Amino acid sequence: MQLLLQQIMAGLANGAIYAGMALAVVMIFLAIDHLNFAQGEMATFSTFVAWQLLAWGFPYWIAFVLVVMLSFVGGIAIERILFKPLHKASILSQLVAFIALFSILNSGDGYIWDYTIKTFPTPFGTRPLFGSVLIDTHEAGMIGVTLVVLLLIYGFFRGTRLGLAMRAAAQNPESARLVGIRVGWMTALGWGLAAAIGAVGGMLIAPVVFLEPNMMFGVLLYGFAGAVLGGLTSPGGAVIGGFAVGIIENLAGTFVPYIGRDLKLTIALIVIVAVLMVRPAGIFGRMTVSRV
Amino acid sequence: MTTPQQETVPFGAAAASGARRPTWPQTRHWVLAAALAVAIAAPFFFHGFVIFQLTEVMIYGLAILGLNLLTGFNGQFSVGHGAFYGLGAYVTAIMMQRWGIAYYWTLPAAGGVCFVVGVLVGLPALRLQGLYLALVTFAAAVALPQLLKFHGFEGWTGGVQGIVVDQPDVPGFLPISADQWLYFFTLGVMLLMFAGASNLIRSRTGRAIMAIRDHPIAAAAMGINAPVYKTLTFGVSALYTGVAGALGALAVQFVAPDSFTLFLSISFLVGLIIGGMGSLPGCLFGGLFVLYVPNIAESVSRGLAGAVYGVIMLLVIFAMPSGAAGFVRHAAGYLSRWRNPPPEPAGQNLAAPQNAYIGQQQAAGFAVRQPPGIVEEQALRITAQEALTTAKQERSRKPK
Repeated sequence: MQLLLQQIMAGLANGAIYAGMALAVVMIFLAIDHLNFAQGEMATFSTFVAWQLLAWGFPYWIAFVLVVMLSFVGGIAIERILFKPLHKASILSQLVAFIALFSILNSGDGYIWDYTIKTFPTPFGTRPLFGSVLIDTHEAGMIGVTLVVLLLIYGFFRGTRLGLAMRAAAQNPESARLVGIRVGWMTALGWGLAAAIGAVGGMLIAPVVFLEPNMMFGVLLYGFAGAVLGGLTSPGGAVIGGFAVGIIENLAGTFVPYIGRDLKLTIALIVIVAVLMVRPAGIFGRMTVSRV
Repeated sequence: MTTPQQETVPFGAAAASGARRPTWPQTRHWVLAAALAVAIAAPFFFHGFVIFQLTEVMIYGLAILGLNLLTGFNGQFSVGHGAFYGLGAYVTAIMMQRWGIAYYWTLPAAGGVCFVVGVLVGLPALRLQGLYLALVTFAAAVALPQLLKFHGFEGWTGGVQGIVVDQPDVPGFLPISADQWLYFFTLGVMLLMFAGASNLIRSRTGRAIMAIRDHPIAAAAMGINAPVYKTLTFGVSALYTGVAGALGALAVQFVAPDSFTLFLSISFLVGLIIGGMGSLPGCLFGGLFVLYVPNIAESVSRGLAGAVYGVIMLLVIFAMPSGAAGFVRHAAGYLSRWRNPPPEPAGQNLAAPQNAYIGQQQAAGFAVRQPPGIVEEQALRITAQEALTTAKQERSRKPK
């Protein structure tokens, strides 16, 4: 029982990372109706910028806010420069552009900041939380920040005119344009938001996995899996999906005899595929119904 | 509709209006023959490493063809074809090195194993679409290296160490080097499989496969058994990529789990899109791109090789949004209109919807087969439209 609890808590801690990533994935999916394969590399780049600012002596929270703002602007710039001209190209051509962006950012990180592993500070400390061995303060802080970001986003999309306009632009661009929404800028805004959320995620993850150009790759895969499991149209679902992936992975590694330790990622993916067989649009996803 | 005689007017008019120019099918035969001659002569003009690279281009082209059958012709996404490639490579390596079977027998076996696994992976595809389907194939791509490293299978797979594969012997009567022999062997297999794919997509089955891509509901309304066709396409696609993997094992003479990661799958996808969706020659262009461009990027700047590769990818996509095949098609169409302005067609009522259809398909990034298939496709489509209209009327008549 103790072991089970411990594994679930460890899974939650990993899951918080995946949930943050899944949230960013879903955000951009809601804003532009595509998955962004370069999301993780954008977050890594932001984290490197944060590391540089800290190295220059900025206090943590000032660097944090600066990086989030810079990432927001950067995300908008990427959309305006790279993806607006490709707006009419097929989805697959845009996919190549995502892969190209991935490749450029990854290689650029390595060129500017080299490939050595760097430590990244945490504002929460790493003491055990309430003297418990299950979870430390940084992990708790990570879970807390993920939930706060989720609430903010939920409020933004549900409660503000801008959020409503963004949802409309993603779901039905033609009609949205007809009612006077500037669809192109809504998409750019979505990119900015996703880049900013990715930056928050990157800065929270970096103390755990250490900073290096490929830091985000594995995390992004789990994040995608979590987002798909929860349903790509549901931010709340993505967070739950991310936590679920973390827990399933940990439990499979501990409790599935013989093959569990080596194949825990495979098992996690098989579980996800099995869930999707029952709920093809993810657990909390909305089935899209189209007129014929 | 007009009488048969009037229907032939556009073609007759074109023939009568001045000097006959060779039509595209004739030109295509010449282009094919010339390409084949170059392909056969090439290994006698280059040395070992270049021959190896050209062999690899053909192998990647074949793997991309497998992906194209699935994505380009059937409209199903896969980010996991590297797994089938790896599986084919391992089947060959295990059969040759563990069981001592001759290399040429391993190709059908690799294809068969991949077909079966492909059908199994394709089963969830019946319920899932788009990104959700991509996750299933993604699971295959992530799982394969882990399974290959798994200690329970080490007796077969050699674990992390992988397996060294012997180079195929040159048949005694041929005075050529081992590299050249492998090149010709690969060329032969590739031609056979391209011919097979070409026949497949021109057949009734091929039209059914494409109808499912273009309009799944209409296809189903016409009585196409979508689940069967979709799973079989998945299997055949995996078979092609698996055979490519088997050839790859022979060419590289080494298989290891880390050669078959997600990056390989993504390379295939890049090659497919840059070569051109739904185009057979485009696959070979994709193979060229995937093999040579990373090398070129590396020679430009070692530290920024990835960035240079990315920039080249972007430039290519900006210049040719529908891939090399689409680019060539547009260029050829432009050229032929410029040299040979079309006469006012008498059968315009027939031509207009065809062109609209072609435009629509090209806009979606797919290659479009020119006549004679188009007439049948169009007939099919009209039936589908009628079936749909009937279905809609039926539904609207139902009380709410």
